Amino acid sequence: MNKTDNLPPKPVWKCGKCGGELKHGTVKITYLGNDLRVEELKCLNCGLVLITEELALGKMFEVEQSLEDK
Amino acid sequence: MVTHTANIKEVGAAMDQVELRRLESKCSQENPPACTAGCPIHVDVRKLMQAIQNQDWKSAASILQQKQPFPGIISRICDHPCEDVCKRKDVGATVAISNLEKFCLENHAPKIANVGAVPPKSQTVAVVGSGLRGLTTAYDLARKGYIVTLFEKSDRLGGNLWKHPEQQLPAQVITNELSVLNRPNVTIERNAGITRQDLSQLKERFDALYIGFAAQSEDALELLGENSRIDPISCTTPIAGVFAGGQLGNNSPINAVADGRRGAVSIDRYLQGASLTASRDGEGAFESNLFVNLNKIPSLPAVPMSHESGGYTGEEAVREAGRCLNCQCLECVKACKYLESYGGYPKKYLREIYNNESIVMGTRHANKMINSCTQCGLCAEVCPNDLDMGQVCLASRESMVRRGKMPPSAHDFALRDMAFSNSEQFALTRHQPGFDSSKYVFFPGCQLSGSSPEHVEKVYAYLTEQLAGGVGLMLRCCGAPAHWGGDQGQFQTSFEEMVAEWESLGKPQLIVACSTCHSIFREKLPGVVSLWELIKDMDLPVQGAGTNYGKVAVQDPCTTRYEQGIHEAVRHILLRLGCEIEELPYSKELTKCCGFGGLTAFANPGLARKIVENRIKESTADYVAYCAMCRDRFAAHGKRTLHLLDLIFADDLQNAATRPDSGFSQRHEHRARLKRTLLHRFWQTPQEKERGYRTIKIICNEEISKLMEERLILLEDVQQVIEHAEGTGRKFINPDNDNYLAYFRPARVTYWVEYQPQENGFVVLNSYSHRMEIVEEVKP
Ligand code: SF4
Ligand code: SF4
Ligand code: SF4
Ligand SMILES: [Zn+2]
Repeated sequence: MNKTDNLPPKPVWKCGKCGGELKHGTVKITYLGNDLRVEELKCLNCGLVLITEELALGKMFEVEQSLEDK
Repeated sequence: MVTHTANIKEVGAAMDQVELRRLESKCSQENPPACTAGCPIHVDVRKLMQAIQNQDWKSAASILQQKQPFPGIISRICDHPCEDVCKRKDVGATVAISNLEKFCLENHAPKIANVGAVPPKSQTVAVVGSGLRGLTTAYDLARKGYIVTLFEKSDRLGGNLWKHPEQQLPAQVITNELSVLNRPNVTIERNAGITRQDLSQLKERFDALYIGFAAQSEDALELLGENSRIDPISCTTPIAGVFAGGQLGNNSPINAVADGRRGAVSIDRYLQGASLTASRDGEGAFESNLFVNLNKIPSLPAVPMSHESGGYTGEEAVREAGRCLNCQCLECVKACKYLESYGGYPKKYLREIYNNESIVMGTRHANKMINSCTQCGLCAEVCPNDLDMGQVCLASRESMVRRGKMPPSAHDFALRDMAFSNSEQFALTRHQPGFDSSKYVFFPGCQLSGSSPEHVEKVYAYLTEQLAGGVGLMLRCCGAPAHWGGDQGQFQTSFEEMVAEWESLGKPQLIVACSTCHSIFREKLPGVVSLWELIKDMDLPVQGAGTNYGKVAVQDPCTTRYEQGIHEAVRHILLRLGCEIEELPYSKELTKCCGFGGLTAFANPGLARKIVENRIKESTADYVAYCAMCRDRFAAHGKRTLHLLDLIFADDLQNAATRPDSGFSQRHEHRARLKRTLLHRFWQTPQEKERGYRTIKIICNEEISKLMEERLILLEDVQQVIEHAEGTGRKFINPDNDNYLAYFRPARVTYWVEYQPQENGFVVLNSYSHRMEIVEEVKP
């Protein structure tokens, strides 16, 4: 394995609609009337946003739970 | 502007202070054990016995010091009323508490407790007499910082203490122990007899007086004369500021100590201007309400002393302390995995639930706890005071829903499942074919239909053959998920729909196959009968040697707890089928939930797993359940379990016992297919074909199916994601392997699916979900 140090790994996914690379961009997500702005991978052409399994079941789940108990 | 939000109790909360107190008073766990309550000065004997068992002599000494003013003396002469009430008495012999205390002090005597540094007070108290009463009063008040003068008529402190034989209470011990009174705020006047004439002068000199003699004793009468009427609770005499021993006699050293302590409390209150009579119930010996279940505790005789006069040896002491029952109630906690898993007991939980409700802003930490109870009612059954935590949790859930504070993720899936069952996809109401009225209506319920649709078909055919007068059919959900989830609005709507359908059939007698449906309908609709009670004496398709199954252990669903008729009917049927019945340790009114009740399996899957694992360990025999959910949950955890209907209708019982849990997706499919099949078979309706996304063929291996099940992702959710992705082209692609990843949000949950198209369908490689919504700026 070649070490790429702290650089985030290049996303494996490409946009299936336009074939473009995914880039980090601002994404609005909302839950129970709370709006959050986060940096996520998305296709800048089509607007398609990628939420990985790790994110959905990790950080995102935690935030969901804590908003539900507020 | 005035805002009124902060301190106002939220409207619609389930519990107010009064209700909290009422419920709390039912839980006896925090009451002291009998020994401590019976000890006039409330030594924490239970803790002491633990310390001795652990040979933790430092703790042992400090436990004694906490309550005993002169431990070295008291431990040697106490008349131990605690032992009369010790619970061990009924299962062997009372724990030798006093001898154990003596052992601690004789062998592991602590250093004489040092003067606690309390802020000194300016008020002065005179104590007359230095027997145990006077000594205790002087000691207690000195520790509180009062300036105390102790008057003793002889030349040494101790009074009656000196009458004890040297070998019981050595002179050296008395001297040593009383040296705690050598402190700057205590003056000791020896050879200072006080007469009635001196009293008024003492009253002038001191702010309060304590006469340290037993009530009505010669000494007391002589000093107080016509003023010797002493109140036993407050130790007051008719003279303001003069207090005296309120108890008669000198035959109980420990009561003399308690009497002196009472006097000290009164004098402290008097000097602080506080009430002398308010809340004094806790002082002195009382009877504890702590419930201790002595059933099943083997009797153990007292540990004898090898040297009667020398007291216990260390080894004997540890063994004797080991006979202590460590008295607790915890009846419900021992019976319920849920209560056990939160590490406390109802009284504690009640406060947490109450606090959870009172939070206006901030995190409600108890939400998950409130949503984890199965509402099975076992706690109320085992609690000596019938405290039902299931009802408490339910009321709290209802209030959470009313106030919009119920976490959506807790019950959303179950409520959608219920909506599915009450939709066109499953719901159906019909008279028996060829009839335009119904004497009965069969209500199989959504879970049996989801788990074994073939049984529903067979039972319906069987009932129409056996019963005259028309057996209608109603397919739908009874509404239990909404009820369990505390959603009274949704429950009401569903129930009214159900009643309207039932009325449209002319209010026939309801025959229910599921005990949960039974529990929901029994109080609301007249004449509901369980399938089991109905068929118990009817001709069965198989009976006697027909099944030849052998021994089965019966799982009574928790919703039948008090349904004796159902318990008996089920056993009657099993015997007719030729089964040998084993009763589980927890059965009938003591039965345990499978972990599905109360929607625990959704709100707290980890706990639900523990519940079921614990339940299936109760016997090695195959289980027989008569609730489809119990059956499937046991099967899912590897327990061979039959449904009672298997024994009556299944062809291959070995297969039936190991049939896996149906899973959520399959239950939906089963229900939808059951409706189509029944319509076709009984009402000759042409078989409808699946339409729309339901026709998309999904291929997934066992691992993925299991993952989807755990993550509450249904086949139809996956189908919708793929339909949407393929229809719009909105998906991601992995150029390395040409896998697709796409998402879709049919309602409140966003589902993601990684998949790979194949000739005849789509292979699912992964799936996950989240509830947060991505707000995309969709570009064309
Ligand atoms: S032996 Fe005496 S001091 Fe010790 S617990 Fe019993 S009554 Fe209390
Ligand atoms: S068994 Fe132990 S805790 Fe229970 S009353 Fe006796 S000494 Fe106290
Ligand atoms: S209702 Fe059942 S699960 Fe809930 S606390 Fe009582 S015994 Fe435990
Ligand atoms: Zn794109």
